[in-house]
Amino acid sequence: MSIILDHVDYVYGEDTTLAVHALNDVNLVIPDGQFIGLIGHTGSGKSTLVQHLNGLIKPTGGSIYFNGEDIHAEGYDKKKLRSKVGLVFQYPEHQLFEIDVFKDVCFGPKNLGLTQKEAELRAYAALKQVGLEDEYFYQSPFDLSGGQKRRVAIAGVLAMKPDVLVLDEPTAGLDPKGRDEILDQVAKLKEETGITVILVSHSMEDVAKYVDRIIVMNQGSVLYDDVPKEVFKHYRELEDVGLAAPQVTYIMQALHKSGMPVATDATTIEQAAQEILQIFF
Amino acid sequence: MGIIKTDKLVFEYIRRDEEGNVEGITRAVDEVDLDVKQGDFVAILGHNGSGKSTLAKHINAILYPTEGAVWVDGMDTRDEKDLWNIRQEAGMVFQNPDNQIIGQVVEEDVGFGPENMGVPTEEIWERVEESLKAVGMYAYRKFSPNKLSGGQKQRVSIAGVIAMHPKCIILDEPTAMLDPNGRKEVVRAVRALNDVEGITVVLITHYMEEIIHADKVFVMDKGKVAMEGTPREIFSQVKRLKELRLDVPQVTLLAYELQRKGIELPDGILTVEELTQHLLQKYHMK
Ligand SMILES: Nc1ncnc2c1ncn2[C@@H]1O[C@H](COP(=O)(O)OP(=O)(O)OP(=O)(O)O)[C@@H](O)[C@H]1O
Ligand SMILES: Nc1ncnc2c1ncn2[C@@H]1O[C@H](COP(=O)(O)OP(=O)(O)OP(=O)(O)O)[C@@H](O)[C@H]1O
Ligand SMILES: [Mg+2]
Ligand SMILES: [Mg+2]
Repeated sequence: MSIILDHVDYVYGEDTTLAVHALNDVNLVIPDGQFIGLIGHTGSGKSTLVQHLNGLIKPTGGSIYFNGEDIHAEGYDKKKLRSKVGLVFQYPEHQLFEIDVFKDVCFGPKNLGLTQKEAELRAYAALKQVGLEDEYFYQSPFDLSGGQKRRVAIAGVLAMKPDVLVLDEPTAGLDPKGRDEILDQVAKLKEETGITVILVSHSMEDVAKYVDRIIVMNQGSVLYDDVPKEVFKHYRELEDVGLAAPQVTYIMQALHKSGMPVATDATTIEQAAQEILQIFF
Repeated sequence: MGIIKTDKLVFEYIRRDEEGNVEGITRAVDEVDLDVKQGDFVAILGHNGSGKSTLAKHINAILYPTEGAVWVDGMDTRDEKDLWNIRQEAGMVFQNPDNQIIGQVVEEDVGFGPENMGVPTEEIWERVEESLKAVGMYAYRKFSPNKLSGGQKQRVSIAGVIAMHPKCIILDEPTAMLDPNGRKEVVRAVRALNDVEGITVVLITHYMEEIIHADKVFVMDKGKVAMEGTPREIFSQVKRLKELRLDVPQVTLLAYELQRKGIELPDGILTVEELTQHLLQKYHMK
């Protein structure tokens, strides 16, 4: 069971003078159960790439296979694919439309053919998971603060219990506690159910903390595909393509340069603290 | 009086059903007193729903106080005759760039503001160029904005406000959608506007490391100002900030963790250089 992208190309406005080549020969294998971070400069093709995974966008070249089947083959059940690959959009407004929060989150599960009762139970659980207080359940999703809207959009996808959860910058606009809570919840969900998670993020710190594999995009192509420690070793190259390493990596570099015997490859606070403490005690 | 002043500002969102009966009231801003000096760089932090955006929308008269008052450069925002003066003096950049871009071409969009103000054509182009360069989007000047990705759009809308040369600029999470480099560029551009042009900046953000150079930080909690001080004063209170659903920059947090494990360090370390210096000193004394 896996997702395979085989020589995927995507051009917006193909055959027009304004054509934009957003994806360029992307080859990826995404096996079950990984927690993947997808990073890259703005406009590098991350959102375009993830919209291919549930068939929203059809590649202009190459193929995509879900569990061995070509998702654009004739007769392939796209609706089923979308229930298995849940995508939370970069802009939550694009996803919210019902008259109240609770109905909005019920929409997905109901569309899967669940009964009203089952859908409501799932919606309730999902809203709890994202930490939205009950007092907002019957308000219009459009009357919420930015971070509250984000939570509702995430809950809407969680309620569908997808096998592959794709989050396009889910923590943008969340307060720091909310950011940690949501990612902790996603990590826990992944541990408990073995789902695949693909996290698109501009926060190098979050990516370093949560994922087992990082895919770096640059101008529509895959630049690196490796474990976080290895990817962030290329911090200079990452800077050249609009990215960076987590701040702790720079701290370790600075300490090392000033003559302290510390390793420079820490990517989280815990690793950095441990590394520094060992030279003092 | 400072360039922005609020006096016991209260704002309530009132929700009504179809017949117009009140269904619920949310007190989004609750007796807030702000006084921002001309030329200051002010940061506003706070959990989701704490009232930051609602407060910001009062500064350029998109919302009006339910109780209390707001003055911008001495003008009461409820005074209708000053509405356009207030909106020109206090430029605003919102969270979502999609709702802010109107032009068919990037450079046109950035030129709209100054054009509406009656700026001479030649100067409009100068301003467009300088603003687009400031946010690193000059290469995209001929692009259609709706063909840009999220982060690129956000930078264009910031350029649009910068081109108006306002006295004061309010940025509501302008970097939420940007890559690390874009974030740095925008923060650098905003700091330069503040340092060089003396434009007053009000920056709302959830990225703690963006505001270490601010003159003053306000922390909101449930509509009220819960903390107020310099970045060092604020970021020295790690526990209190965590209670308020916030955080500190990674370097501050690392220093705090080291402190707790027995390494003596001052509170509120804000930069990599500071931490390196202190640790190096300790290391040589050992
Ligand atoms: N609807 C569209 N029409 C034409 N071009 C588009 C469209 N959406 C995106 N693009 C272009 O395709 C490229 C990739 O955009 P995409 O949104 O996938 O980038 P991204 O990595 O998600 O960026 P961000 O970090 O800003 O969200 C960019 O050059 C962008 O300008
Ligand atoms: N249009 C609206 N109608 C009703 N209530 C609203 C509306 N906009 C915001 N609120 C409520 O007012 C409170 C403050 O919202 P505000 O948008 O000012 O918060 P914020 O601090 O900007 O949050 P965030 O960090 O998520 O952007 C919240 O409880 C929110 O649900
Ligand atoms: Mg994107
Ligand atoms: Mg807000």
